[in-house]
Amino acid sequence: MIRLLGWLSALSLVTGLIMGFGVAPRELTQGNVQRIMYLHVPTAWVAYLAFGVVFVASIWYLWNRAARADQLAHASAEVGVVFTGLTIAAGSIWGKPTWGTWWTWDARLTSVTILFVMYVGYLLLRGMIDDRERAARYCAVLGIVGALDLPLVHFSVYWWRTLHQPPSVLKPGAPTMAPVILAALLANVAAFTILYAYFVAKRVHTLRREHELLA
Amino acid sequence: MTYVRRAWIVLWKDVLIEGRSKETLNALVFFALLLLFLFEFALGGDRERLAAALPGLLWLGFVLSGLLGLGRTFLIERENDCWDGLLLAPGDKSAIYLGKLAGNLLLMGVVEALVLALFTLFYNVDLEGALPSLALVIGLGTLGFAAVGTLFAAMTAHVRARELLFPVLFLPVLVPLLLGAVRATEAVLRGDSLGSVAHWLRLLAAADVIYVAVGVLTFDVLLEG
Amino acid sequence: MSRAMTDEPVIRVVDLRKVLGSTVVLDAVNLEVRAGEAVAILGANGAGKTTLLRILATLCRPTRGSAIVAGFDSARDPARVRAQVGFVGHGTLVYDGLTALENLRFWSVLAGLSVDATRLRAVLAMVDLDGVAEDRARSFSAGMKRRLALARALVGTPRILLLDEPFASLDQRASKWLENHLQEFKSGGGTVVLVTHSFGRGLDVADRIAILSGGRVAADVPRAHLSGDDVGRLYALHTEDAP
Repeated sequence: MIRLLGWLSALSLVTGLIMGFGVAPRELTQGNVQRIMYLHVPTAWVAYLAFGVVFVASIWYLWNRAARADQLAHASAEVGVVFTGLTIAAGSIWGKPTWGTWWTWDARLTSVTILFVMYVGYLLLRGMIDDRERAARYCAVLGIVGALDLPLVHFSVYWWRTLHQPPSVLKPGAPTMAPVILAALLANVAAFTILYAYFVAKRVHTLRREHELLA
Repeated sequence: MTYVRRAWIVLWKDVLIEGRSKETLNALVFFALLLLFLFEFALGGDRERLAAALPGLLWLGFVLSGLLGLGRTFLIERENDCWDGLLLAPGDKSAIYLGKLAGNLLLMGVVEALVLALFTLFYNVDLEGALPSLALVIGLGTLGFAAVGTLFAAMTAHVRARELLFPVLFLPVLVPLLLGAVRATEAVLRGDSLGSVAHWLRLLAAADVIYVAVGVLTFDVLLEG
Repeated sequence: MSRAMTDEPVIRVVDLRKVLGSTVVLDAVNLEVRAGEAVAILGANGAGKTTLLRILATLCRPTRGSAIVAGFDSARDPARVRAQVGFVGHGTLVYDGLTALENLRFWSVLAGLSVDATRLRAVLAMVDLDGVAEDRARSFSAGMKRRLALARALVGTPRILLLDEPFASLDQRASKWLENHLQEFKSGGGTVVLVTHSFGRGLDVADRIAILSGGRVAADVPRAHLSGDDVGRLYALHTEDAP
């Protein structure tokens, strides 16, 4: 199962990258650096998806204390923090030639950075509690608080700042991109999602082995 | 009814002990005074710049003092080796959460009133007419702040390096509260109606409801063992 | 409640396992305690005695296995267990800033018990602290705080007492008092599990001795015919290979 996911993700990644960097046309105003969107948007999507999974797994864990639920939350947080870091890095790299600065406090970048801090807090908490059962419980509570906080962060930061391009895909109404670009983007989003699933599956497998060894 | 009694006895105990020792209160009061001086020395001189930054500085004062106070929520239990006692208490532990939350709100209320009074004094702020609205904004912001703070204090009470962890955990939940509270405070001090910042007030209220609800629902889980 | 009535063990520990971090603190602990019995748990430092007691008191959850206390699973039904159990651990559970009476009042109300001053004073009298009921706990000696902690455990009239090194920091007089009290508690049908580090004190109260070593109960013997030396030898025998 994991093997299949691995091959699938490799394949879709290659497809996505070819589409993004080969097939899709060069953007008029920003040039080739705009292609980083094909990395930045998918990683941002996964960053939020991963926390969504942490949220659901946390609730599941508190509901019936299944070790599997905790392992899923843990794995998703570990993979999520990496993707979040990549999102920030990609956003920064995109920003330098486009806006002239490495960093700007615009709505999206700020929100993603706060998400990053959330992940870091979650993983720190886990690392600092020796009793695994207690760590699982506490992190589940933290995961729930964090996830409920995310929409609040999103709205508050967005109202506070609006420099970033208005989100094209999530805008109500038709997305304002050429079909080819949209297709390439969605292909990469799918690819990265499968990649995320692959990493999480591998990690859960390892965590489960660890748990079985000790318990 | 027992639930309310249990929440009340937690508040009673904390108020009694704090009232006799005044440790936390003193610590916070001196800290608030210190902050005031720091702001003056760091930013003073340019009266206009200071006036423009006033709402932000006010909330900085509240938040920094608040973080200090909230971090100490279960200090009394740690110092007296009483944490196990809370764990052993039968029944719904969320009563303990509400008792502690009430205590924190009282504490923060006192400190915030002091900080506000000092600000008004030092920076010649005219609060006439704005006070009720300001009180509402401060109340909304503080409730959310204290609700999460009390929960996180329980979470980090027995964790290594809690002084590091507490602020890291707190930052993400603080952001919406701080943004909303400062914007709303700005509007109130400018003399605008509360309606102009209705969306911020709704955000704060939503945050308050969410955080208190989560606190009440999950505190039992934290104090399981 | 007479001893004959209850043949069903009041405490039943089955294959209890507890892992902290990556240390196996308890491996497969099996233990049974009947009503009216007092079991002393001995073991080297780090043997898991306190952990075992805390699991019985619902302060800690097992990694695997179960601890059935007073008919309820300590992990699944902790609230019901807590209502039957009085626990005195290393922590004193005493607020220095409150008086003895205020301390008792707090813990009683928190436990959902009805609180009238007469009853609280009666409990304080039981532990010989009624003379200092209105004094701040800060001024108490270690022995007095221990007694106050015991009072706290007794307020709910528990059937089971779980005591972690109860004789530590007690002077001669207080030790004698505690011994007498535990004997009375037992003859009233109460069950006692006490963890003890030292020999002599506390062992006199025990009906059985269980030695914890290597995460398991290495020896579980009746106390009656053993002398102090016997116990010492037994202890050395079972704990010499302990990590």
